[in-house]
Amino acid sequence: MKTINIITFLIFIIFPFKIYALIEVDITRGNLNPLPIAVSSLYSDKNTNEVLKKEIKVDKIGYEISKVIENNLKATGLFNPLEKKAFLQEPDVAHLKPRFEDWSLIKAQALITGKVEFKNDKVRVEFRLWDVLAAREMMALAFTTVPNNWRRIGHIISDKIYERLTGEKGYFDTRIIYVSEAGPKTQRIKKLAIMDQDGFNIKYLTLGNELVLTPRFNPTNQMVTYLSYFKNLPRVYLLDIETGIQEVVGDFPGMTFAPRFSPDGKKIIMSFAKDGNSDIFTMDLENRIVERITNHPSIDTSPSYSPDGKFITFNSDRSGYQQIYVMKSDGSRVKRISFGNGLYGTPVWSPRGDLIAFTKLHKGKFYIGVMRTDGTGERLLTENYYQEAPSWSPNGRVLIFYRETKSNSDGEGFSAKLWSIDLTGYNERQVITETDASDPSWSSLLSN
Amino acid sequence: MIFNKSTYKLILASIFAMLLSACAQQSAKIDSQIQGDVYTGTDTVEYLADGVPDRVFFATNESVLTTASRETLRKQAAWLRKNSSINVVLEGHADERGTREYNLALGERRANAAKDYLMTYGISENRISVISYGKERPVDSGSNPLAWSKNRRSVTVKAN
Repeated sequence: MKTINIITFLIFIIFPFKIYALIEVDITRGNLNPLPIAVSSLYSDKNTNEVLKKEIKVDKIGYEISKVIENNLKATGLFNPLEKKAFLQEPDVAHLKPRFEDWSLIKAQALITGKVEFKNDKVRVEFRLWDVLAAREMMALAFTTVPNNWRRIGHIISDKIYERLTGEKGYFDTRIIYVSEAGPKTQRIKKLAIMDQDGFNIKYLTLGNELVLTPRFNPTNQMVTYLSYFKNLPRVYLLDIETGIQEVVGDFPGMTFAPRFSPDGKKIIMSFAKDGNSDIFTMDLENRIVERITNHPSIDTSPSYSPDGKFITFNSDRSGYQQIYVMKSDGSRVKRISFGNGLYGTPVWSPRGDLIAFTKLHKGKFYIGVMRTDGTGERLLTENYYQEAPSWSPNGRVLIFYRETKSNSDGEGFSAKLWSIDLTGYNERQVITETDASDPSWSSLLSN
Repeated sequence: MIFNKSTYKLILASIFAMLLSACAQQSAKIDSQIQGDVYTGTDTVEYLADGVPDRVFFATNESVLTTASRETLRKQAAWLRKNSSINVVLEGHADERGTREYNLALGERRANAAKDYLMTYGISENRISVISYGKERPVDSGSNPLAWSKNRRSVTVKAN
């Protein structure tokens, strides 16, 4: 009897406590109460610090990695990383066993601790995620890599934490390819550029000698397709980011443009314009077989595959104005899906399959919005003077796009910048780039 | 001096009238350069030869040639027939108020509208090539209706 009593007691006390204390972040709504999270500096000993300072010129590696994580979590709008100054426990002690009272005192609900070691020319980074209210460990993992990859470790840890707390895959260990812009509007210089999702490690992939537009990632590897005006012939090209090798893939007598990969990465879908008419074609990258998908005297462009590869959404003015259509991937059963007021362009199928993001022009304003794949449930996320070309984060939660500002008659006041917004319509923020930027494309997760 | 009510009204009315006429002058100036959304001015126009303008303009989202455009292209065709060794590139452009990819297609459509017209006036297809710049190469960098109308254009450029 006594034992039973004790068990009931334990169940009553511990069980409900644990249920209510389990941290969860709801990402389906605009989050006005971001989760307070403490990201402790990762502990690294003196020797590790000194070696890494010499090897990769990074002082206090543990602190720097914790900043990468902090910035990633903060940018989601779902988390509120707390000021490190308020932390009462030292990183090394906290990593072994946090004093949960100290962390709940500063209102942290989750805590991240970790340790960095340098061994055999590699860094080993381990981290733990703690539920402060439940006073328990939620997750512990370790990674080993070359020192130069330290930012990526920060991104991978961010992905793990995001996934554990929201139940959905993260999008931090990813890159953005975009067009870097400079110079006056009438003679804009454009270069392909690539950077980590958080704006670091910017690399320029072309020199700016020819006009380049609309780079897009292959969802399965690090290949990119884009439009280049090399030798003044606008054609679709393929670029291997690792080797820098470029080749033309859409070399037909006319203009090829608006390229995107199929979800399996084996085909490129693009527009081909000749004699005043643009239609949609695919090219198989292995055997170079070209297939015509649309055949209509109107402008058919901006094609994008559904993630299962069975459907294609595209932009056509066959009704008289730019509207969004969906068809089967062989070009049959073409159906218009946009019926709201205004013009619709640049449809992009969500990686989750349920939504299509688009650009809308109505009464002189540009909108980024989403609708279901049958055209219902249209939702406009953001309105501005000019913005277009949304690209999805690999988990389908965030859209990145570019926005241009109005210029006066001398061209002053013009700028082009990258922005991102949550699918909920909240958390709109500028993605900082060192130059003006446009045409962003989000890569898939580099690691899994 | 004390204003009575009617003096006030008179002053207000005259200020208002002055403002109105200033506005009217401004819009009249633009009106004289845009007709039905198509640029009709000569600010940006260059000449292939004496009296042969190099470009034609279009209405928003359109690739239809206006009467003035057809006249310009007939002059170009006559000049090309006289100078049979000269080949040309038709460069099609759009304004900045459209999505990039659609505008590339639209520029191509505009340049081809001009090309088709030159061909009906006897210019052989192999003397004409076409390129679209979409909205990438505006001639006027302003963000206003007049600037946009100058940018919606097809320009005939000597290729050799």
